[in-house]
Amino acid sequence: MALVEFFSSLGLPYGWAWVLSQGILILVLSVVLLVMLAFLLLFDRKVWAAVQMRRGPNVVGIFGLLQSFADFIKFATKEAVIPAGANKGVYLLAPLLAFVLAMASWAVVPVGPGWVVADINVGILYLFAISSLGVYGIIMGGWASNSKYAFLGALRSAAQMVSYEVSIGFVLITVLLFAGSLNISDIVNSQGPDIRGWNAFGILFPMFVIFFISALAETNRPPFDLPEAESELVAGFMVEYSSTPYLLFMVGEYLNIVLMCAMLSILFFGGWLPPIDIWPLNAVPGVLWLIAKVVFFFFMFAMVKAIVPRYRYDQLMRLGWKVFLPTSLVWVILTAGYLIVFDRLPV
Amino acid sequence: MAWLDRTARTIFLWDFVMGFAVAMKYFFRPKATLNYPFERSALSPRFRGEHALRRYASGEERCIACKLCEAVCPAQAITIEAEPREDGSRRTTRYDIDMVKCIYCGLCQEACPVDAIVEGPNLDFSVETREELYYDKARLLANGDRWEREIAKNLELDAPYR
Repeated sequence: MALVEFFSSLGLPYGWAWVLSQGILILVLSVVLLVMLAFLLLFDRKVWAAVQMRRGPNVVGIFGLLQSFADFIKFATKEAVIPAGANKGVYLLAPLLAFVLAMASWAVVPVGPGWVVADINVGILYLFAISSLGVYGIIMGGWASNSKYAFLGALRSAAQMVSYEVSIGFVLITVLLFAGSLNISDIVNSQGPDIRGWNAFGILFPMFVIFFISALAETNRPPFDLPEAESELVAGFMVEYSSTPYLLFMVGEYLNIVLMCAMLSILFFGGWLPPIDIWPLNAVPGVLWLIAKVVFFFFMFAMVKAIVPRYRYDQLMRLGWKVFLPTSLVWVILTAGYLIVFDRLPV
Repeated sequence: MAWLDRTARTIFLWDFVMGFAVAMKYFFRPKATLNYPFERSALSPRFRGEHALRRYASGEERCIACKLCEAVCPAQAITIEAEPREDGSRRTTRYDIDMVKCIYCGLCQEACPVDAIVEGPNLDFSVETREELYYDKARLLANGDRWEREIAKNLELDAPYR
């Protein structure tokens, strides 16, 4: 808002000042996010390598720090192959959709106190809607490729993401019961002032675990990477993609993973709030706390990828529908009862 | 009780926690892989790499154009032409190895009565065109001059087993 006032004071009409300041915010968030993503990708590969006692990428730049940028140049300059049987329009639209939706969901994520592009009152609902739409990119990509592996991968992915969104929805409800607001900044503020208020350390801990596992399934990460299971479907819905379209799919997928890490930190680990509200810690900018938490959860995602074997498809469905859904449903009732009995309802 | 035990382990993600602990143990172990172009594993003295034609210490080339290597070569990668030199000794005028055909079996080295053709320890001689892999006599002799120390050492180390 300070930006809007700054541009207004330069003599711009309010509307233009608002557009300009929002544009700057979006640009800054996108660039910082994508640069961070480049290093998180490297971090992912390094963690994976370390668990397997390998070195990981270490040639491009010191410690391989520039590896992701080299990969980017490689993807951007390669020839984009479009299969002869593919539906060209949908085929090229799918990765764009996946990438744009992954970027769009970041609009409502507060990276610090008041540091948010769109501070809308139904932020959680918006996030949930966008992440549900994300499956369209995958289905379109798998269908338009006109290849049986891609099609199988897309079908699996659709079923999987729909199944796990249900339990994620119930987990969100338990958090919202505690927060009393759909605004994400309010959800963070309701967990203050320090670690005692964080949702993960209390009655909601099982919901945190369910959300973490559902997030793995929602983002097609191992052990739930059936849509792109290397050993059976080669690369699933991405099998026909190359060059920049593939890059968009991959970046979109990792953006979703980082988004899920941010959601975990915001819903259960107090977002930008410091763990202990004392001087040297609460002087640190909130955005650094959020980044620290996101990196921690990203590390957990990478470790899960490194150590857990892939689920079978029926096991995946059983876990989603017969374990997570009833548990989260019961926990919604328990949480509501707890809040009524102990008179802890948010006003 | 077994049922209770198993259920409790499932609920508390016991397998995952223990797996995490094992992974963290390996996380800080020394790496099992080599930092390849900069670190290399030890090669056996018997290693069969790039070919070389050796010389005697006097500078005279060893090869006497007996053509045993050409005869034994299973891939027929070696081509030799020979005629007497001015001093009457029998020498090759042409000694080509098609490194694309070569299967690095080492039979030429086994067949050679004067240890002239050998397979040295050099293993990175990749090139960008096929033509560069058609080695002629000058190239093989140059290899011999360059790798003579290593080759001589390896032959000496391997001698007791031959």
